[in-house]
Amino acid sequence: MIKIAAKKLNLWYSDFQALKDVNCVFTANRITAIIGPSGCGKSTLLRVFNRMNDLIEGVRAQGEVLVDGADILKPEADLVKLRKKVGMVFQRPNPFPLSVYENIVFGEKVHGENLKRELLDEIVEKSLKDVLLWDELKDKLNKPAMRLSLEQKQRLCIARLLAVKPDVLLMDEPCSTLDPQATARVEELMRELKSHYTIIIVTHNMQQAARVSDDTGFMLLGELIEFGKTQELFTAPKEKRTEDYITGRYG
Amino acid sequence: MERHFDLELQELRKDILKMGAFAEEAIHKSVEALKSREKPLAESVIDNDAIVDKLELEIDEKCVDLIARYQPMAKDLRFITTGMKVNGELERIVDIAVDIAQRTLELIDKPLLKPLVDIPRLAAVAQKMVKTAIDAFVKGDIELAKEVMLSDPEADRLRDAIQEELVEEYMVKDGSTAPRAVQLLLITRFLERICDHATNIAEDIIYMVQAEVVKHHHERL
Repeated sequence: MIKIAAKKLNLWYSDFQALKDVNCVFTANRITAIIGPSGCGKSTLLRVFNRMNDLIEGVRAQGEVLVDGADILKPEADLVKLRKKVGMVFQRPNPFPLSVYENIVFGEKVHGENLKRELLDEIVEKSLKDVLLWDELKDKLNKPAMRLSLEQKQRLCIARLLAVKPDVLLMDEPCSTLDPQATARVEELMRELKSHYTIIIVTHNMQQAARVSDDTGFMLLGELIEFGKTQELFTAPKEKRTEDYITGRYG
Repeated sequence: MERHFDLELQELRKDILKMGAFAEEAIHKSVEALKSREKPLAESVIDNDAIVDKLELEIDEKCVDLIARYQPMAKDLRFITTGMKVNGELERIVDIAVDIAQRTLELIDKPLLKPLVDIPRLAAVAQKMVKTAIDAFVKGDIELAKEVMLSDPEADRLRDAIQEELVEEYMVKDGSTAPRAVQLLLITRFLERICDHATNIAEDIIYMVQAEVVKHHHERL
């Protein structure tokens, strides 16, 4: 099932064109990786999907971005609903300076859900279980989140996202601050989660894209050069520029 | 922590095991068809070849995919590269069983040249070597692999004995039996080739398990 589709998407930061005629489709229950050199537009593309770029002055987008068939670039798009449906995990884990428990229920409270304590407890337990943190933290729910390890913080941020029941998880270099073992565990978590979510990950770590994703897009200078099954893109890319990049010949 | 990669390696191991089962079955059926002169049995070996060819390509593709996506190291890398080689050897074994089945079809309509004694013996050695080689691969057992390699001289000895009898008795003494003797000579040669492929698998397994190359250097065993 198609979850997100970008059609003839162009985006400018003032005079600088960051995305050029991007067309692509993201399928539900699959992990899609976007790779490319720094400044190629991969994070910009990711941030279009929940309109995070709106926070940057002088940004202007053209084309269509359909999430569940509705164009989110239209002025009438409901951004609160959109960001609940399409959540983002950032490069550096950014828990709030609150307890583990409060971090997870924060979203529910922001979205105005006035839930009873038992329901909140259930949400906390389920979210922590989903990110495989429950056993580690069930007795430490009041611990300040800032005192967790980096990996635990990143998992907590994912749990916080899952608590508001999104459909799509956008991940912008989610493992770049983690060591290889923690990275491997977060990758395993992504595989666990994909049966319930649409996951899009931006990474400059090609090996990670190859390991973890089902589909991969390669971007260069704002253009989506190639998009297809990960296996095919990494064994027999159709475009010479893709081949040059993944074999380290680019530049 | 179990890695997702481990699940994919298990799938690869299962596929290669399936290929091994096809190879064992093909040898067994082709030799049974020769002994019992059953045409449909020989034909079924030939018919199965397309399935095996398809599986060979799938396994190869899986191996290339695993290397490209996971950049395997050390024992994982040796397992995948060995898997690719074993896959090729097993596919060749099935092709040879097809050759035996084709020679058998040539012989079925003609009178029996002689009671078959040593050829079934050689076939039994070949079958056992292939079975043991597959077991060695699945278990990563170098003792089993060594057992395979040590069986090869017995196969060579049987081949020489069969060859000598066929040439002397059915080609030199009586030229009229030569066409049937040639078919049996070819089958003998095919069975001995199967033993060589089983030996190749065993050598590859020793590399897979202990990263030691014994190919062309059996004195290192």
